[in-house]
Amino acid sequence: MSFSEIKKDPLSASKHNLINYEDTYTHFNWQQAQERIAGNKEGLNIAYEALDRHVKEGFGEQVAIRWLSKQGVPVDISYAELMAQTSRFAHILSSFGVQPNDTVFGLCSRVPQLYIALLGTLKFGAVFSPLFSAFGPEPVRSRMEIGRARLLITSEALYLKKVKPWREQLSSLKWVLLYNVTGPLPDDCSDLDALLKENSADFPARLCDPEHLALLHFTSGTTGKPKGAMHVHQAVVYHSISAFYALDLRPGDRYWCTADPGWVTGTSYGIIAPLCNRVTMIIDEAEFDPEHWYQLLSEQKINVWYTAPTAIRMLMKAGGELAAQYDLSALRFIASVGEPLNPEAVVWGQKVFAMPFHDNWWQTETGGIMIANLATNTVRPGSMGRPLPGIEVAIMEHTEGGQIKATTKANQVGELALKKGWPSMFRGYLHEEQRYQKCFVGDWYLSGDLAMCDADGYYWFIGRADDVIKSSGHLIGPFEVESVLMEHPAVAEVAVIGLPDQVAGEIVKAFVALKPEYQGDEILRKTLLGHSRKRLGAAVAPREIVFRKNLPKTRSGKIMRRLLKARELGLPEGDISTLESDEA
Amino acid sequence: MNNNEIKTLILKELSNIAPEIEADDVPDDQDMREALELDSMDFLNLVIAVSKRSQVVIPEADYAKVLSLNAMISYIMKHA
Repeated sequence: MSFSEIKKDPLSASKHNLINYEDTYTHFNWQQAQERIAGNKEGLNIAYEALDRHVKEGFGEQVAIRWLSKQGVPVDISYAELMAQTSRFAHILSSFGVQPNDTVFGLCSRVPQLYIALLGTLKFGAVFSPLFSAFGPEPVRSRMEIGRARLLITSEALYLKKVKPWREQLSSLKWVLLYNVTGPLPDDCSDLDALLKENSADFPARLCDPEHLALLHFTSGTTGKPKGAMHVHQAVVYHSISAFYALDLRPGDRYWCTADPGWVTGTSYGIIAPLCNRVTMIIDEAEFDPEHWYQLLSEQKINVWYTAPTAIRMLMKAGGELAAQYDLSALRFIASVGEPLNPEAVVWGQKVFAMPFHDNWWQTETGGIMIANLATNTVRPGSMGRPLPGIEVAIMEHTEGGQIKATTKANQVGELALKKGWPSMFRGYLHEEQRYQKCFVGDWYLSGDLAMCDADGYYWFIGRADDVIKSSGHLIGPFEVESVLMEHPAVAEVAVIGLPDQVAGEIVKAFVALKPEYQGDEILRKTLLGHSRKRLGAAVAPREIVFRKNLPKTRSGKIMRRLLKARELGLPEGDISTLESDEA
Repeated sequence: MNNNEIKTLILKELSNIAPEIEADDVPDDQDMREALELDSMDFLNLVIAVSKRSQVVIPEADYAKVLSLNAMISYIMKHA
């Protein structure tokens, strides 16, 4: 079934931040983007752009964050108050003796302390690395080890469960600050909430070199450990303008980004970009629930909503009738990111919200939205849209000589590549220069995503060039899951793949070969499932585990995940000339 | 089905999805997602499995009414 284009009303298009796409794209220069922020080449600070600047300009009373606790009680935090709290946090770091190149980790649910800690760390000039609070102890530990965590912000409950058991083994970790402490303070921890009250609220944002490291976002590859993508203060130039263009954010908007700040979307567009654009962010601590979400959209009079395909598909399952019970007239723009949004969902938006979901594409490495369906442009359902001003995109073909070149043909599938040089591009993978260099050929960053470009310049996602899994918007490295399963004494070898799923995009499935003395029965299947869920957390662990006597391997002993996947999906097996021992 | 049978059915389906959870650790009245660290996919799978086994259709719009163990039991009792 093909989906027709969704055209925009030219009258309303004239009210968007970006009015004429072709014109803006053609005449764009980075100077325009730089002028949107207060800092310059001599020095800048993300926290200053997000908070202090607005207070200086007289907007201190505006609500920066309206936080809805799980109990549903709204707490308003003004720009002035958030500026003060982040200064207090910067003082805490200073009094402890944290150094500007130290990394502060955050393992937090969506609570104000997380926002204060992240922006306070940036204000101080140290590096912040957010972790997803639903991670199990293993992903938390491996990321904190790679990032050489110096200080950790977390809740008492998360600390006791996910960090305390192994804390002693991480020698770099000097301080642990806990929020929501209910009982006696655990050993070697400090009470963040108490410290925030004690410290003074004047801490001028440190003027940093534009290339000074600000954020460390972990992502996953096919092989090896998680990769820490490094982002610098200069990224704020792109955060600010990309949200202005791609999310159509305006000062005073009521904006809801549903992504958790444990992932890059929840930081770039859930904290930094919206605050730079001086909106009021609605932060919802509660988990997904269709009725609650519609209620929030309605009661909080959300103008701009940035969400994810899995959530949209769950809302679709709950039915459009539910939405019809709510007044959603404040909505002006709705967007989606995380994995490709299926055309049915784009069109469903048009039916239920009287506007399509605007899918966009970017990665942890790009730091900001690269390709988007814009408010002003016609939407082609299923397409990721067109490149943002300042972003040069190409589809790369691999030539016979092992080189790559940009294709000039429409609808030709190749690897999606971006021309180096936009401000929020990652500056490296922490301690892994070689892995970083491998992402580039000449001036081009290779994304690892396969895509094509149609004759009118719309990009279409085709698949991944590697084996990473996209489940509910989370990027999962098969190796990380396989490693945890391998720890179990019954497991001889294991391969993990992503299987298409209507709701989650993909789900994680594990193929396990057991040691000879073990029997692959239901009890063991459940044991392995429980083992991986405990270690990895529900979001990363497999949903399905099956047993095989042997897994397909190459001559060099590498397990062929691709072959398992092709067989599972009934697709052609492709080149199997390197197959040495087949599955059984 | 009586109350206990439904409880057993739910706990059995839960153990298929999240075997790391001991039946005794499932609280009666708390949101299971939060108390047991189930994500939205787990919860969706649980509702689908319980629906199928009990032959009581739980429409998506009613998911908020079955968030705790007791709430789920009452819902099944009422609609069986």
